[in-house]
Amino acid sequence: MSHSLDSYLVLSTLLFCIGMFGFLARRNAIAMLMSIELMLNGVNLAIVAFGAFSPRLAVHASVIALMVIAVAAAEATVGLAIVIAIFRNRRTPLVDEYDTMRD
Amino acid sequence: MSNALGGVSFLGWTWSDLLFLVLAALMLGAALTVVLGRDIIRSGLAMIVTFAALAGVYVLLEAPLVAAAQVLVYIGAISVLVLFAIMLTQTKVGPVRLVFHHQAWAGAVAAVVLAAVLSAVVLSTHWPNTVSQQIHTATDALARMLFDDYVLPLEVVSVMLLAAVIGGVFLARREEPQEGER
Repeated sequence: MSHSLDSYLVLSTLLFCIGMFGFLARRNAIAMLMSIELMLNGVNLAIVAFGAFSPRLAVHASVIALMVIAVAAAEATVGLAIVIAIFRNRRTPLVDEYDTMRD
Repeated sequence: MSNALGGVSFLGWTWSDLLFLVLAALMLGAALTVVLGRDIIRSGLAMIVTFAALAGVYVLLEAPLVAAAQVLVYIGAISVLVLFAIMLTQTKVGPVRLVFHHQAWAGAVAAVVLAAVLSAVVLSTHWPNTVSQQIHTATDALARMLFDDYVLPLEVVSVMLLAAVIGGVFLARREEPQEGER
């Protein structure tokens, strides 16, 4: 089981879909950002799994995974800064109360 | 590591299979806690467990440098950042009663359908040019690739990280009143 590409890909699919549900369903902006991190981790797992089982992708996959980790770090920094800046103005982390532009 | 353990069996299971199952169950359980948990601080702590289990899966996949980067960047940096943000945005009333949107069921349906479709695609595809044993990613080969073929993306990523740091500081900075406005 641990020696087949399929099991790792199914695991990454499940992680991605859990993250997608969290992003669509949670009201808290920080919980949405955490769900995005879960989705990025799922994609990263798929990349590393392809690299581990395909000789032609072996080293490339690790390099790409490291790049994805760096981009995820940058995304988390900016995203959380935006959430904190909005929280300072609106006093709530719930995204469905950010409805100024609806009026 | 899994190559060394792969041959030894325990109750009919190989150790690498057992490790994979335990890590996968831990990771999916913690991820569900992140998404479904009522208390957002518990969600943040469960996220750390998810990242740690995923680092273990990377070790099983023979990618040690990615596992190390996962521990350093995700567990060490992003989790702390997320926990800080959670504590800065906690309101006094405590956990809100309604954790999900009213349309959360549509998101659940979409997630389940996507999971089913992707799993069916993965299981029905025969992947060409794959082997049945993990390939070890040597760190020196990775470093050579990173600073040779991928040196331009590496530099772009470093500039992007600098821009993200400056942007994060600029966005989260407290607005100070100008001299004349007071």
